[in-house]
Amino acid sequence: MKLGVKNVSFRYPSGVLALDDVSLEVPSGQVLGILGENGAGKTTLVKLFNGLLRPSQGQVHIGDWNTAEHSTAALAARVGFLFQNPDDQLFERTVAREVAYGPRNQGVSESEVQRRVQAALSLVGLQHEADSHPYDLPQPQRKLLALAATIAMQTPILVLDEPTIGQDEVGRKAIGRIVSKLHTMGRTLIMITHDVDFCAQHAQRILVMLKGKVHADGTASSILAQTKTLDQAQVAPPQLVRLAQALKMPAAPLTVEDFVDEYKQWRKKRKK
Amino acid sequence: MIRLKKFSYWYPASEQPALDRISFEIPEGQFLGIVGANGAGKSTLCYALSGFVPHFYNGELEGELSFDGTPIVELDLGKLAGQVGLVFQNSFNQISGARFTVREEIAFGLENLGLPRAEMKSRIEEALELVNIQELAERSPFSVSGGQQQRIAIASILAMQPRVLVLDEPTSQLDPEGTRDVFAALSKLVSTRKITVIIAEHKLEWLATFCDRVVALAGGKLRAEGSPQEVLSSEQMLRLGVGRTQYSEAAARLVRSKQLPVTLEQARKALR
Repeated sequence: MKLGVKNVSFRYPSGVLALDDVSLEVPSGQVLGILGENGAGKTTLVKLFNGLLRPSQGQVHIGDWNTAEHSTAALAARVGFLFQNPDDQLFERTVAREVAYGPRNQGVSESEVQRRVQAALSLVGLQHEADSHPYDLPQPQRKLLALAATIAMQTPILVLDEPTIGQDEVGRKAIGRIVSKLHTMGRTLIMITHDVDFCAQHAQRILVMLKGKVHADGTASSILAQTKTLDQAQVAPPQLVRLAQALKMPAAPLTVEDFVDEYKQWRKKRKK
Repeated sequence: MIRLKKFSYWYPASEQPALDRISFEIPEGQFLGIVGANGAGKSTLCYALSGFVPHFYNGELEGELSFDGTPIVELDLGKLAGQVGLVFQNSFNQISGARFTVREEIAFGLENLGLPRAEMKSRIEEALELVNIQELAERSPFSVSGGQQQRIAIASILAMQPRVLVLDEPTSQLDPEGTRDVFAALSKLVSTRKITVIIAEHKLEWLATFCDRVVALAGGKLRAEGSPQEVLSSEQMLRLGVGRTQYSEAAARLVRSKQLPVTLEQARKALR
């Protein structure tokens, strides 16, 4: 399902203008990474997608729906939302009940609810914790639980706010695999993150925000190579891009494999 | 000087120790990094090094943990608070909720120390400046972003001017600029005031750049200790779920070296 933002501005009651004339189209099935410093407007923007916030000006479309004409509850069937802090969205007594809550509220049959619970818990690796209390899990696992609960809603669009926060390397890789899997299932994924190396590996497209505006927008490989543009938005390029530039290599590789290939070619040319 | 000798700790009703016969020393004025996968014992070690274990969290202790030769069990948490500061992993847990503005929040701990007003004012200004949040001084600590709240939590502890500063993943929600600000501020405090800084983090590049020494935990046990390059470049970090920087990963495929690079500068030198 595609998503459209047209000339959207948003001002908080405090008077802070968090979004200033933002326009954006996200085609169905795309993995979009949103980068930008704290306070750039990233979270405000994505909260408009499921009606948690309503634009002060402009329009947001989720598929053929204008969000102004639909309740947050109705929009929840189209846009799943993983909060930055999982504790903002966990409240049930067991892990299984937590994951079942969303689909059950959508009126899905009980057998389908159970199927979705098992599938979502297996996907995030929490199938053995079904009877545990959510708050008996450490925070990184609570984040995975919140992700499972979001996935079980089977919304065509998923917003992940800082999915890798607090995760160790194993957790980051697990979330990377989940993102890839959801992408192959055709879901539209929108990730807000400061983890630029994660974005380099998993996002197809990158949007950089600065002071409530879209500062840069393009493919991951083109945007992450533009160090000056990223610098202006206080975003550090991925480690491999910085290393390639420090070595004065002509390429801006995003994965270790690409870096190794580019490096070998560059060395060969230099020897000639 | 902090000394741990075969120090073990069990949370109440737990059969497995969260910390298992840990021995090492932290000299005054050291910038120490703690790495480990989630559940390795990093947070528990932070609690122990700040006196929350055993004075807030009950449970069983074995072995020795002492500050300047005095066993931790003989020190009272109130007195320790003036000497040792702990920045919690989740800043929401740290903000008092009893103050209306950021400035008042930072003053909260100082009021409890009974400091004169002029001294409090100068410490507050300095703490605001150290983490670059002067413009938030009159805002509510709850009306800011997660990253900004994390900086407020750090500022409120810095203002206490502890001799030992323990930080549990203090930059998880910060953008790269914010992370650099915090590490640079801590580094400055170590070099100018000789305070001891102990930081648990997943951001390996920053630990490698700023720390004097790194310890690695797994399953509550101390698995490695040494210089950042020694510890963080080793293959053991992959087995422990800590991971390595992309610089190490790229260099591991391209150069034969006793010690892989872990920072940009080291990688540039190794691959130029």
